[in-house]
Amino acid sequence: MLDLAIEERKDFVYTKSKQRKALKCDTDSISGAVSQRACVYCGARVVLNPITDAVHLVHGSIGCASYTWDIRGSLSSGSELYRNSFSTDLKEQDVIFGGEKKLTKAIEELVQKYRPRLVFVYSTCVVGVIGDDLEAVCRAMAAKHNIEIIPVQSSGFVGNKSMGYRAACDSLLRLIEPRRGQKIVKRKNCLNLMGDFNLAGETWIIKEYLNRMGLALNVAFTGDAKYETLKTATQASLNIVQCAGSMMYLAKKFEEKYGTPFLRVSFVGIEDTVESLRRIAKAINDQEVYEKTEELIAVEMEKTIPVIQEYGKALQGKKAAVYVGGGFKAISLIKQFKELGIEVVMIGTQTGGPEDYAAINDLVEEGTVILDDANPAEIERFTLEKGAHLLVGGVKERPLAYKLGLAFIDHNHDRKHPLCGFDGAVNFAREVYSTVCSPVWKYV
Amino acid sequence: MSETNTHFRNVNENPCNMCMPMGGILALKGIEKTMVIIHGSQGCSTYMRRHISEHFNEPVDVASSSLNEKGTVYGGEENLKKGLDNLRKVYHPDFIGILTTCLAETIGEDIERIAQEYVRERDLSQDLVVAVPTPGYGGTHTEGYFLTIRRIVAKLAKKTQKHSRINVIIPNISPADIRELKRILSLMDIGYILLPDFSDTLDAPYSRLYRKIPEGGTPLAHIKAMSGAMATVELGITVDDSLSAGKYLEDEYGVPLYRLPLPMGIENTDLFLKTLGEITGKGVPKVLELERGRLLDSMIDSHKYNFQGRCAVFGETELVYAISTTCLENGIFPAVIATGSRNERLGALLAKSLQEGGSNYVLLNDTDFAHIREQCKIMKVNLAIGSSEGRYLTEREGIPLVRVGFPVHDQVGGQRILSLGYQGTMAFLDRITNTLLDNKHQNYRSSLYRKYFVG
Ligand code: SF4
Ligand code: SF4
Repeated sequence: MLDLAIEERKDFVYTKSKQRKALKCDTDSISGAVSQRACVYCGARVVLNPITDAVHLVHGSIGCASYTWDIRGSLSSGSELYRNSFSTDLKEQDVIFGGEKKLTKAIEELVQKYRPRLVFVYSTCVVGVIGDDLEAVCRAMAAKHNIEIIPVQSSGFVGNKSMGYRAACDSLLRLIEPRRGQKIVKRKNCLNLMGDFNLAGETWIIKEYLNRMGLALNVAFTGDAKYETLKTATQASLNIVQCAGSMMYLAKKFEEKYGTPFLRVSFVGIEDTVESLRRIAKAINDQEVYEKTEELIAVEMEKTIPVIQEYGKALQGKKAAVYVGGGFKAISLIKQFKELGIEVVMIGTQTGGPEDYAAINDLVEEGTVILDDANPAEIERFTLEKGAHLLVGGVKERPLAYKLGLAFIDHNHDRKHPLCGFDGAVNFAREVYSTVCSPVWKYV
Repeated sequence: MSETNTHFRNVNENPCNMCMPMGGILALKGIEKTMVIIHGSQGCSTYMRRHISEHFNEPVDVASSSLNEKGTVYGGEENLKKGLDNLRKVYHPDFIGILTTCLAETIGEDIERIAQEYVRERDLSQDLVVAVPTPGYGGTHTEGYFLTIRRIVAKLAKKTQKHSRINVIIPNISPADIRELKRILSLMDIGYILLPDFSDTLDAPYSRLYRKIPEGGTPLAHIKAMSGAMATVELGITVDDSLSAGKYLEDEYGVPLYRLPLPMGIENTDLFLKTLGEITGKGVPKVLELERGRLLDSMIDSHKYNFQGRCAVFGETELVYAISTTCLENGIFPAVIATGSRNERLGALLAKSLQEGGSNYVLLNDTDFAHIREQCKIMKVNLAIGSSEGRYLTEREGIPLVRVGFPVHDQVGGQRILSLGYQGTMAFLDRITNTLLDNKHQNYRSSLYRKYFVG
């Protein structure tokens, strides 16, 4: 067992060896350990925020809304309403006497001003404690204005980011439920995409692939989603699930309620992209779709592979450390690095579950350090100990990598270039090359 | 002129401020070998770290007591103590700041008591831990910042012998600005205790050896000695007495207090140097005189271009005051002046010079960007000055933004933006003038063509 300063952290970290070990994960962060995780509200907001024509109202004190104003790179083909940050801005008085009145007025004001058909009301920690009845306020206001107002139970302290995903999925389930008596008609060759947030247009890239395969994207959860299209969600005949950490729950419930099967996919890296496209074709089980899919793969591979190989030449033998939010990304990244001749020597996630870590364990070489809910001190230690040349992470990890003299890849929600599909794989290879082979490292 | 308080509103639409613990973190990051823990649930600290990291491009480690449901119901005392144990094991700090959040305050945590109990139980120095109540709903990051400084001073300053250094207490300014203040003080040969000093801790040079707590910050021994200083210069004219560390030192230890605006612009910088001279008897060295001359020269060179500027200034009160007065000195009219803080002083302080400016202006207190945007349209503003959040005004209204203040997260170098002293003012004004010129160059051909050729 590794020797760590904080005793309780020992169960969350191990080095891969012949004996398989179970990693402790998906539980609360340890006090004082400087976790890189955010909160329930953060998780819920990540999932719902890309819905473009909704009002996203944060019920709580101002900070929670300030820190999340337009910080993510989800793109829209229509409304820009989702890029505003609305807060009830609770003050001391409201905390003492309750914030329901203020919330009512806030919704009133926003409905007058923007005429939305959909409002999400996020509860934050302070609201969870003062016990405002979100449900009642939302119901009353929804009836009054004849729109949908959905409360999101996302008080920060009720769990971790994964709980927020679940809260968001519950809200989505509520939203897509057909009106009583409405018949569900499934459309052939029509898919929903789950767990893609249209960061830098990624949903659009996947949509184009599906179209070329002769399939239609019904609605994405939630990249570039709109009220209107979300309402048609139950018409899809298949759900493909990318970010499983956030959306598996939705996919399962969906199947339970509406009998729609789901399929896990990933468009991160060439290998996973190709495999996912083939699996979709197989699930659709249509000769024409099958042929079109193979054609798409052939055309794209011909464009992509030489470029990636070219970058790969300069990158052979480098070592990478990965610390990202969810399990699916981590798993795909291991394969994607292999495509570039790079070995992953440290890998961890904020919200991965037991299956994710089992999959990770199977993919990495012996000696790789695997860790859940890591902190800066651990990232520092293991990247250095393992001789990593680059780190993959988010905003908070970037300066740490640079201070340690490591190359860095942004794999976060605020990135401005797509990393999915074939184009994304080229972007990724170029980004890795640009940071690992930069001349600046000669001087440090 | 008009002054509007917007705090009766029910919705804050695109916030112009952050919350109290954010300011507390910034202040504590300026103390030597210090670690911070936020008492509340995990999210708050992560969000704040992210925000600070983006501005400074530095690792920003802040612990959280990671309160969960149980802690929230039964009290978070055990969590907090365990958190303190854990962060001490990893970071070995000489000083620890505990800040609260909305959550901790709402469930009624008595952190002062918990902190005292903790040091007693672990047999540690009374001076190891300072606890500051900073509920997010209690004020903005600006109030959190000043309150934390006051609490640090109240905790550490002890009765000492008088000495010849002066205390310099600063608002939230860039590391580059802090370095400029130190340079001026050194040029004048003045011994000083500057608090808080995050010029190195949040803008550390690259070095092979990584330190979990970066080097630098105001030494604890110096803070202890603040009570014996010749005087305190507090760059905080908008700060309420209850939040002022300078006032505390005056009341408790009789250290004379001089409250000054940030030395930005000719008048404010002159005043700063004059006051330093009066306190210490030191004169203004030749170097600074030359810098002043060069600033004047540049002001004259640019004055006609600057006259085209009608600006919106937004952000933290001290910076807003200094920027507004600097603009006024140069014929750039601040037509919209806005802060997310609820601050009565700012408007009163600016009223006279603004009225002399001869044009209408609005002052928005406790406001948000939806209001600022609205007023920018009404007041025909053509330039915005403030943090990155102002990019919203650029995107929606086409108003160019000169970035200054905190946070600057959409461009690099927020920590290196220099705006203080004669040199800094000159750099600031150049940025303003060039933005106005760019705007002109981009538009004058087509606008003249439309006006006179097309007709
Ligand atoms: S406003 Fe309160 S709850 Fe929100 S981030 Fe700030 S301290 Fe945390
Ligand atoms: S108050 Fe709660 S919901 Fe808001 S940021 Fe903090 S942990 Fe998250």
